[in-house]
Amino acid sequence: MSKAMEKTAREPLFSKKNRRLLIDPMNENNPITVQVLGICSALAITVKMKPALVMGISVIVVMAAANVLTSLLRNLIPNRIRIIVQLVVVALMVILVDQVLKAFVYDVSKELSVFVGLIITNCIIMGRIEAFSLGNSPWKAFLDGVGNGVAYAGILLLVAFFRELLGNGTLFDYPIMAQLGVYDMGYTNNGMMLLPPMALIVVAIVIWIQRAKTPSLIEKD
Amino acid sequence: MDVNSNRYTYLFSIIMVVIVAVLLSVAATVLKPFQDANMVLEKKSNILASIGLVSENPDSLFNSVIVEQLVIRSGEVIESEVSAFDLDMANAVKVPSNKRSVPLFVATYQDNTYYILPLRGKGLWGPIWGFISLQSDANTIYGASFNHLKETPGLGAEISTAIFQDQFPGKIIFSDSYDGIEVRKGDARTNQQVDGISGGTITSVGVQYMLEDCLIPYKAYLLKQVAESTVETHIETLADSSNTNHE
Repeated sequence: MSKAMEKTAREPLFSKKNRRLLIDPMNENNPITVQVLGICSALAITVKMKPALVMGISVIVVMAAANVLTSLLRNLIPNRIRIIVQLVVVALMVILVDQVLKAFVYDVSKELSVFVGLIITNCIIMGRIEAFSLGNSPWKAFLDGVGNGVAYAGILLLVAFFRELLGNGTLFDYPIMAQLGVYDMGYTNNGMMLLPPMALIVVAIVIWIQRAKTPSLIEKD
Repeated sequence: MDVNSNRYTYLFSIIMVVIVAVLLSVAATVLKPFQDANMVLEKKSNILASIGLVSENPDSLFNSVIVEQLVIRSGEVIESEVSAFDLDMANAVKVPSNKRSVPLFVATYQDNTYYILPLRGKGLWGPIWGFISLQSDANTIYGASFNHLKETPGLGAEISTAIFQDQFPGKIIFSDSYDGIEVRKGDARTNQQVDGISGGTITSVGVQYMLEDCLIPYKAYLLKQVAESTVETHIETLADSSNTNHE
């Protein structure tokens, strides 16, 4: 993936190039299904939709903010300690998000528990800072952060949708399967969907479908 | 300015660390009251949950249902600097049980009296805790809830599920031979035994020790309460029967 670093004097906010920054990660450059980053959290918190949604939003916020901040500082950061600076910036954002969650959505923060802290080690964030925002303007870095964050959250929600629906019979804790009355017809929840390996299998199916549909991702042998 | 000189690198890191430290401490200080309120609310709903009450607004329900919050030491109600609600069980259980100050919550709901006792003990990997509620005879369990910090999912962590907890209601905690509930390996028979969790032996045994350890400090006080209330009921029954006789 090559990101042009040229600076045009008056580029419209949503120029074609900028739109690509936002849209590329959704499909052809998806952080989870194409770059295969952030898999551990995709596995851990996709049992239910609600924690997956909160995790997704947290990652979008952290990634956008950290990208903008490092992009603003990009000409000031000493090269030798840049990884440490990136870590500090990400850790700062994550701790702030964690504190805010604890204060305002306590039950969700309990459910996410250590995984909020582990956003720090989410390779997507460090990867985007190192690869993109250290070399681009804040607005581009922001778009890139939001794009990757949304793409990550999207996959998380997609996986959580299947796991919660098939494993628990609910969506956002709403008993949809019971409402449809399928239990009376002899349907039972598949408890295996709630186990971690099924998250990877669902991700793998998503990757399969995506690769089959996207010609640019099909590898020639 | 050379951003890669040693001088600049040191300067940059010092300034960065100071700014980050200030930001984080400001955030922590500003958000602390909200976080504390959440924890208080959670504790209240846990206490209510032990007598089977779930509410969207635990605060008001707690105030109306919990009629007394006592601190007990050696079978007596004592005046304590720390209120029963704020008493930290993690510290309390470090004191030998005969010298320990423990909180007791008395609830009245639909004309029934319940005693709610907090529990705290050790599982396999970390602390386990919970609440146990007793019926008005102060001996029969009405409800039990357990929780844990990091027991193994699917094994020890099962203590926080209904399958394990639903065994407790109806069991008795004090008898002539034993105080507490025995957690057995699949052969629970008497009304002082429950089945443990397969593969979660150490956590199950932890629950048993926790119950033994945490219930003893209440024994003298609870037995006294029951004795008094039995006398009262007895007098009432006598009064009732004498009234009936007169009529």
